[in-house]
Amino acid sequence: MQFTRRNLLRTTAAATAALATPHLWLPGSSEAWGATMKKGEPIKVGLLFSLTGALAVPEEDSTLVLQYAFDEINKAGGINGVPVQPVIVDAKSDFAVYSEKTKELILREKVTALFGCYTSASRKAILPTVMQRDHLLYYPTCYEGAECTQNTICTGPLANQHSQDLIPFMVEKFGKKVFFVGSNYVWPKESNKNAKVWLEKAGGELVGEEYIPLGSSEFGPVLGKIRDAKPSFIFSTVVGASDIAFHKQFKQEGFKVDSMPIASLTTGEIETRAMGADFGAGHFLSAPYFQSLDNPTNQKFVEGFLKSKYGKNGTTHYNMEETYLSAYVFKAGLEKAAAAMGIENVTPRAIRDHSGGIRIEDAVSPEGLIWIDENNFNTWLKPKIGQCQGDGTFKIVKAAEKHVAPDPYSIYPDAGVCTKDGLKAADGKLRKSVI
Amino acid sequence: MDVSSFLNALILGVSIASIWLIAALGLTIIYGAAGVINMAHGELIMLGAYSSYMLQFYLGVPYLLCIPASFVIVALVGLALERGLIRYLYHRPLDTLLATYGVSLVLMQGVRLIFGSDPKYLAVPEIFSSNVSLGFASISTFRLVILAVTALLVFALWLLFYKTRFGVQVRAVMQNKEMAASFGINAGRVYMLTFALGAGLAGVAGSLFGVLAIVLPTMGASYVVQAFLMVVVGGGSLAGSVAASGVTGELQSVFASFTNDTFARFIIFVLIVVFLRFRPQGLFAQAGARR
Repeated sequence: MQFTRRNLLRTTAAATAALATPHLWLPGSSEAWGATMKKGEPIKVGLLFSLTGALAVPEEDSTLVLQYAFDEINKAGGINGVPVQPVIVDAKSDFAVYSEKTKELILREKVTALFGCYTSASRKAILPTVMQRDHLLYYPTCYEGAECTQNTICTGPLANQHSQDLIPFMVEKFGKKVFFVGSNYVWPKESNKNAKVWLEKAGGELVGEEYIPLGSSEFGPVLGKIRDAKPSFIFSTVVGASDIAFHKQFKQEGFKVDSMPIASLTTGEIETRAMGADFGAGHFLSAPYFQSLDNPTNQKFVEGFLKSKYGKNGTTHYNMEETYLSAYVFKAGLEKAAAAMGIENVTPRAIRDHSGGIRIEDAVSPEGLIWIDENNFNTWLKPKIGQCQGDGTFKIVKAAEKHVAPDPYSIYPDAGVCTKDGLKAADGKLRKSVI
Repeated sequence: MDVSSFLNALILGVSIASIWLIAALGLTIIYGAAGVINMAHGELIMLGAYSSYMLQFYLGVPYLLCIPASFVIVALVGLALERGLIRYLYHRPLDTLLATYGVSLVLMQGVRLIFGSDPKYLAVPEIFSSNVSLGFASISTFRLVILAVTALLVFALWLLFYKTRFGVQVRAVMQNKEMAASFGINAGRVYMLTFALGAGLAGVAGSLFGVLAIVLPTMGASYVVQAFLMVVVGGGSLAGSVAASGVTGELQSVFASFTNDTFARFIIFVLIVVFLRFRPQGLFAQAGARR
């Protein structure tokens, strides 16, 4: 096309018109949703995880377990008789791709909801798009909180839920002196802020706090400092490959797990398998789910999943189970919204608004009953403490008696309270979509 | 800052230096001799780790034998790579860079297709998961193994380069390929063998790193940057890489012990940039014609 005056004017005019009347070329989400439902087509959901790159280890498992969950739902008759069809994309461990694929899933695939992300960084990369389209993201893992959006539902524990039991338990059992080690990014730092609150309440003492660059595998200097500080136990928020290197070098440097165990928020079954059982044995993990949980639902989940075509990695872990639950939270939310307003009127936002208070009962949830908070749409759950055994599985040594409430602003009480419609400050001002 | 923890930091620094050096050895040979900027170096390290895993898991080879076996396997991969691809690109440095980057992606995805993306595990003899205590200082046995292997390899390379006929040929080709060729040295063969040697050294590094850290398809990426830094700072010669790794390893250890890891990284990278501003040819620059 040549840039003559006439066609330049024409394109500019067209562009202006399109900008002024977006509904001409961007169907509203309700329109798109109603259209797919009427034709009796399957309910499309987007699975936005990394299948390649550095984040593939945890996120590939998330994709697999969600496919398993939707297969299970479809076999049992789907949602309101309509099958669910997962649309799987690869975010390639690249934040730009996360954001691009989010747009693709919402605009082109017209999915009803997104399930995705593992790191906080990727979540923060896609949330602006999700909020702009008033869409819905199921974020199925633990995170630091301090967000109050009207478009997310989280099925993992928040920073305030994780460490509440773990710190007093460790202080009582091993002693007052604690050394914090974490990966150098937002989640470990925020988690440690929470842990400090519990530590103070338990009468413990912080003797050191170190952060390791993400992906680093050199723990020599940190272990040297730990040797000098002589803590009673180590509290770890080191993630990924670094976490495995940390546990290995802990033992290689001659530290003894009996006298100075690592209490972690991240070292689950997948990590203990990868580090070799004798490096993981004796350390502690706080999580809402362990593969070894002894209840019929979990036995069914573990056996069914490992036997299915998705169980090739040979284990289930807390992150997978939280992801599995998100599929059922979606199912319940959609059913509730459809019953209230008619299926043809349901929008992603409406599913979210009807999800408050949804309970996933013992018969479905491998970790036991959970429910979605009516204000901040995170999950009420029971954190449990497990001790790693010689074979890489965990023995439950303590389970919370009551469900712990999710509180995204527990260490920032001045910011306000997260309500259904936004973050409510002390002076009554309401801020929407806070990230 | 008391003396004993300073001594401890220095001892640990030697160990960190040996880790940086063994990661960089193969690249030093390949870059120094053939002038190839091998972006697939990290993936050759990864292949070394997977070779050891494969030998151990499927054939039950004891770990200490896996180390030389990984050398052979990855050297063969390097040989195939040089014959099949790199040798057509010696006069086009930018194309080599892109081609080896492509190779790195192919290797990474290939390993992922075969072994899956979940981390693997290398078993070592019980004695390697303990430490040696010398009163004031303490160091893990496995770090001593890495140090010993590195020292052995550096010594062997020195012998090879300075005491054998092959070494004389390699150095002649490094200095001036055309002139060396006119004296009857088969430069193509020298390139082929040095590339295979460099790849094999990466394989050894991989089988050691698999024990120290983790075996993953993406593990190479974290080592390739520091390997390049050592080679560039060192100037591409063996002595240069040894000196560069020694200094950065000690700096890393001392700064990380007395401040923190993140700051130590920061200060090392700043120092390297400043150093390269004033001495872009590196510590021990090589005489002779560079391509």
